Amino acid sequence: MNSTSPAQIELAGIERVFHLGDSEVHALRNLNLSIAAGEYVAVMGPSGSGKSTLLNLLGLLDRPNTGLYRLEGRDVTTLSPDEQARVRSERIGFVFQSFHLVPRLTAAENIALPMVLAGLAPAQRAVRVQQALKDYGLENRADHRPDELSGGQRQRVAIARATIMQPAMILADEPTGNLDRATGEEVIRLLEALNAKGVTLIMVTHDSALGARAHRQLLMEDGAVKQDLRCVAPT
Amino acid sequence: MRGADLIRFARDAATGNPLRASLLVLAMAIGVAAVVVLTALGDGARRYVMNEFSSLGSNLVIVLPGRSQTGGFSPGNAITNTTRDLTIDDALALQRAGAVAKVAPLAVGTSEISAGGKLREVMIAGTVSQYLDIRHMVMAQGRFLAPGDWSRGASEAVIGAKVRDEIFGSEPALGQLVRIGDRRFRIVGVLAVSGQGLSMNTDEMVFVPVSLAQAMFNSNTLFRILVEANGRDAIEAAKAQVADIIKLRHEGEQDVTVITQDAVLATFDRLLGALTLGVAGIAAISLAVAGILVMNVMLVSVSQRTAEIGLLKALGATGGGIRLVFLTEATMLSLAGAVVGYVLGQLAAALIRQLYPTFPAYPPDWAVFAGLATALVTGILFGVLPARRAAQLDPVQALSKR
Repeated sequence: MNSTSPAQIELAGIERVFHLGDSEVHALRNLNLSIAAGEYVAVMGPSGSGKSTLLNLLGLLDRPNTGLYRLEGRDVTTLSPDEQARVRSERIGFVFQSFHLVPRLTAAENIALPMVLAGLAPAQRAVRVQQALKDYGLENRADHRPDELSGGQRQRVAIARATIMQPAMILADEPTGNLDRATGEEVIRLLEALNAKGVTLIMVTHDSALGARAHRQLLMEDGAVKQDLRCVAPT
Repeated sequence: MRGADLIRFARDAATGNPLRASLLVLAMAIGVAAVVVLTALGDGARRYVMNEFSSLGSNLVIVLPGRSQTGGFSPGNAITNTTRDLTIDDALALQRAGAVAKVAPLAVGTSEISAGGKLREVMIAGTVSQYLDIRHMVMAQGRFLAPGDWSRGASEAVIGAKVRDEIFGSEPALGQLVRIGDRRFRIVGVLAVSGQGLSMNTDEMVFVPVSLAQAMFNSNTLFRILVEANGRDAIEAAKAQVADIIKLRHEGEQDVTVITQDAVLATFDRLLGALTLGVAGIAAISLAVAGILVMNVMLVSVSQRTAEIGLLKALGATGGGIRLVFLTEATMLSLAGAVVGYVLGQLAAALIRQLYPTFPAYPPDWAVFAGLATALVTGILFGVLPARRAAQLDPVQALSKR
């Protein structure tokens, strides 16, 4: 995006410390990372290695104690909460392990939620929701509430919601964790198709088979990147 | 978020938990209904008293002995240093005033009335024929006291409806002789039932000529002089003329108090207006309680919807946006409660009017407005804290909560 900084995501000297009682837990220590636009990155590692903390930091849901996070050439750690919310709204899509659909809203309404929050015109929203329902094969499920949908359908709604604002990157936290193998496979293919269109995909997973499909694997341990493997050159 | 979206989102959130929403609306409704009904009762009492006073007679000017600075009935009136008494001659002199239409002296005391072996304590009012017109009283039988020389009356008496019932029962009363104190009187008339009067219940009174009453009580003073002005516009002129005449007759000393019915009415109006206000204040407490309930329910709602709040933040909602969502929900619930309470209150007031047709139980406009406004303000005010809490939630922790 920015000619002086070709990388989409640049982390430099990131530290994140949690205080649990008297003890300090270093969730992330001196993390340096650079991710280019359109990369497909799997973040792997044992529990407590800092995967989720990293994802939350990348998604601007959390702030580092020290260090610099540049997103598309812009220092986002010093932004005000409202400005960070704007960046989340426009540039970042989240996919969660437990879907996080609003139970009282229909599938179509859940998909439209980011646009509602961003204040888009209803006519524009309707067009995009229709397209998304079609793209994700949810046309017959538009008026169903989440409790009337299967797990795979729920995650498809969640992915449709994450992409409805046409973000530059998708952050997925164990997107297949609550799904069986077949539906998990289906969801991964949807995410990979998005990546193929140029959206950066960063996915936290426990599943080494899934991680192996990514073009780049980050193996984390004790809050630091132990291994940074590139299987295939990023597209 | 757009306004319409905000309202729809808040509405869905509110109706998403019908029990919580309806309990909250109910609490608010009870508060508003209490304000409406209680002020309807208070203001109804005020109107009722006003009506009763109006029935005392219009354009009335009352002269009472003693100097008083205040216009109403105050304990000070009873302990003023009266120098000269009001007399029948004072009353006669007032008839000459230009703005005065009718004058009736009034001497009051208690005595016993007996007839046919029955005895009863009664209030005796000594007055003259004009009294009937000035007080707008109606005869049931016979006639009122005969007009004539005020200082020399015939031994005739007019009795109230209740006295008639208790002394004579079903026997005819007209023409009967009764003993009042140590004198004999002939009953010449019976007053029609006047209903509940305020100051004096004429149903339980006996009217005799003023000169005889004074003789009976062995005094030549008057309790009051009632004056009827020529018209509504003449009340002030009559008041001034009456004061002047009495002053002249009392060697230039202003030793009587002249009050108009307007002044009495104004005093009662103020008094009962304050009562209504007080009652409204008490009812407003229930609104404050409802407000605290709004806060509790909204706080519970925030903690139940923690994950949703985290999600909204992840999807790009600002803290201000989330605060607005919860405030809107609290406002809508309060508004619904206020409207329901208003309708309930008006229905209850209508029911009271239906049951007691003489009691004008209409809630005053200011109370209705204040009740609705207080409901909204408390709802919003107590909605602020939960909304702030929601806005300040840490999205990471909120999302991790299942």
